[in-house]
Amino acid sequence: MRTSRRTVAAAIAGAATIALVATGCAQGGGSNPDEPITLTLATFNDFGYSDELLAEFTEETGIEVVHNKAATSNDARANFFQKLGKTGLADVEAVEIDWFAEMMQYSDLLAPVADDVKGRWLDWKEAAATDASGNLVAYGTDIGPQGICYRADLFEAAGLPTDRAEVAELFPTWDAFFEVGAQYKATTGKPFIDSANAVLQGIVNQMEFTYEEPDGTIIATENPDVKEAYETVVEKAIPIAAYAGQWSEDWFASLASGEFATMLCPGWMLGVISGNAPDTTGWDLANAFPGGGGNWGGSYLVVPANGENVEAAAKLAAWLTSPETQLKAFANAGTFPSQVEALASDELASATNEYFNNAPSGEILTERAEAITVAPFKGPKYFQFHDALQNAVTRVFDGLEDKDTSWNNWVTEVSAF
Amino acid sequence: MTATDLRRAAPADERPPREPRVISFSHRVSKWDLRFSPYLYVSPFFIMFAIVGLFPIAYTAVISFMDWDLVRNSGQFIGFDQYIWILQQPHFWTALRNTFSIFLISTVPQLILAMFIAAVLDRNIRGKTFWRMGVLLPYVVAPVAVGLIFTVVFADNFGLVNGLLTDLGLPPIQWHKDPFASHVAIATMVNYRWTGYNTLILLAAMQAVNRDYYEAATVDGAGPVRQFFSITLPSLKPTLIFVIITATIGGLQIFDEPRVYDQFGRGGAGQQWLTITLYLYDIGWGQWNFGRAAAMAWILFIIILVIGLINLLVTRSLVRDEGRRGVEPRRSRRRNKEVAR
Repeated sequence: MRTSRRTVAAAIAGAATIALVATGCAQGGGSNPDEPITLTLATFNDFGYSDELLAEFTEETGIEVVHNKAATSNDARANFFQKLGKTGLADVEAVEIDWFAEMMQYSDLLAPVADDVKGRWLDWKEAAATDASGNLVAYGTDIGPQGICYRADLFEAAGLPTDRAEVAELFPTWDAFFEVGAQYKATTGKPFIDSANAVLQGIVNQMEFTYEEPDGTIIATENPDVKEAYETVVEKAIPIAAYAGQWSEDWFASLASGEFATMLCPGWMLGVISGNAPDTTGWDLANAFPGGGGNWGGSYLVVPANGENVEAAAKLAAWLTSPETQLKAFANAGTFPSQVEALASDELASATNEYFNNAPSGEILTERAEAITVAPFKGPKYFQFHDALQNAVTRVFDGLEDKDTSWNNWVTEVSAF
Repeated sequence: MTATDLRRAAPADERPPREPRVISFSHRVSKWDLRFSPYLYVSPFFIMFAIVGLFPIAYTAVISFMDWDLVRNSGQFIGFDQYIWILQQPHFWTALRNTFSIFLISTVPQLILAMFIAAVLDRNIRGKTFWRMGVLLPYVVAPVAVGLIFTVVFADNFGLVNGLLTDLGLPPIQWHKDPFASHVAIATMVNYRWTGYNTLILLAAMQAVNRDYYEAATVDGAGPVRQFFSITLPSLKPTLIFVIITATIGGLQIFDEPRVYDQFGRGGAGQQWLTITLYLYDIGWGQWNFGRAAAMAWILFIIILVIGLINLLVTRSLVRDEGRRGVEPRRSRRRNKEVAR
């Protein structure tokens, strides 16, 4: 027995040594003020930050920027949370709206935004990035004001108006939207909108409180608005939708072959459509969104507080999110600006999109951004709740469960969070 | 002084003659060398194992009793709450069902097929190396790439299989809706990748079987089928144990294939193809709840341990020479048999 106990002791001692060595390695590394600074910038997908754009910053300030791009926002999310508060994060990190609320739990680990750049963004964009103690901790990049993309040729075949302005008048409310959809489906027998969960997303993003309240109370299952949204989607959106969710193999194939007639379209979706359906003609963008405005997506930049060059990093983040730079990024990648000044600029107002029948996309999306009145509160568990609700809609869509069973299963599932 | 000398000398006389005392330092060193060197030589593995094997396992156990915050690297001790939470989740039991279902649908046909292909390759055929390498080719393909290929094959509306079925006038299969269909699709991906690997291992074992047996059997008038069941299969038992155990561990940890089966990688809206490891990943890296994920990892560890023990007991009762697969014992066994003959 004695030997075994001694072995255990040795093992513990060994483990402790390893732990000490490991933590020891993490320390150290101070910056030398005389050395030229090189900053790292980490983004994902395409923020529109081209090498030329970053070279402009180097020219102005003499600070080199190394740009690392993650393929998807999910990769960036995994990397971000594994390293936040430790070491290894870039000096400036991009954060997506989907996991932004999760990140706000750790707002104390981020460097606050300087007072002189405050007020640069739309109020609701800034409000979402302000923590409980009143610190603004993130630099808004883009937003996703939604219009409606439609296929003029398919609308014509179904006897619907095709002109942009006339189409816009078709969709004042969700009820009107579903009515047109049902009519289209009855005439053509084809799906009207791409996916039922896109509609759910559209409705939920118009509510201020969905699943959680700012004080941490969970209202998901009792909130009558959520139940109503679910029932509306299940009863009215599912019959006219081609798919339950987006981004599946089938969904892309349908998009390419032009199976459905409409999509809810934030600015960045325009690029997705034109990129995946290059041979489809007839897409157009209407200046309308059922029930007012709605925002879908958009990102922020943050500066981790324990970085080596926090000051220079703050400068870079402020520069990248300045109205002028964001307009250039919009030209590069279609990321719609979240800065008040950029929204008012002529450059944005005059932007058109050739693929969408030369629609004045800049002007339309600006108006759609102005129509956004509600800043939805998204708590730290928003993603989980919403994902589970999307699954509930999918289950009904797939015919696995009926409306009530699926809802009850959702309630059971989210009660365990 | 004399008294003490005597006292010392007296018991010494009664003792048996001692070994000559080591005098020089180099003697001592070579004695240590003999004693400790073997341990020193094997130590790198065990030190590495302690760092990358034991320590994480122990650390996972610690975290599993805590409400762990990954970012702040701290937690609060909460006892068995995480384990209780997991066992109460209906998703956990669905995941367990799916894991076993996919494991059975993949492993059983896979081993039968591998055995068959190996038996064919064991015959005298032209272009042996070509066929053998061809069988192994899918194994080289990365699992995620396999996933990408098969998402196109198994898409519900525009997939290859459903396209063929509708052309033949059959109803399409709901690959992403029906749980069983999704298990079959995922098992197909697993089989595609692992059949060749198992074939080669079984083939290697088959080639080690003494050819004299086959000659004798042929002389006695036994056909290929009879030879397979009476000679090949019994000689393969030790290899089969190895293959079955690795397939079990791999099958219970199945992750890549269900992960890339749809665009979300979360096991489907109705958890049709949610497996244990996928659920673990979702709790850990989707919900950032590492306490629960750690508890889940330990539950999976215990499940594999139990299944492994059952495997061991079953195979032990079936095969007596379990664990001795080396050349030496087999050769001596054969010699014994020949002597007996």
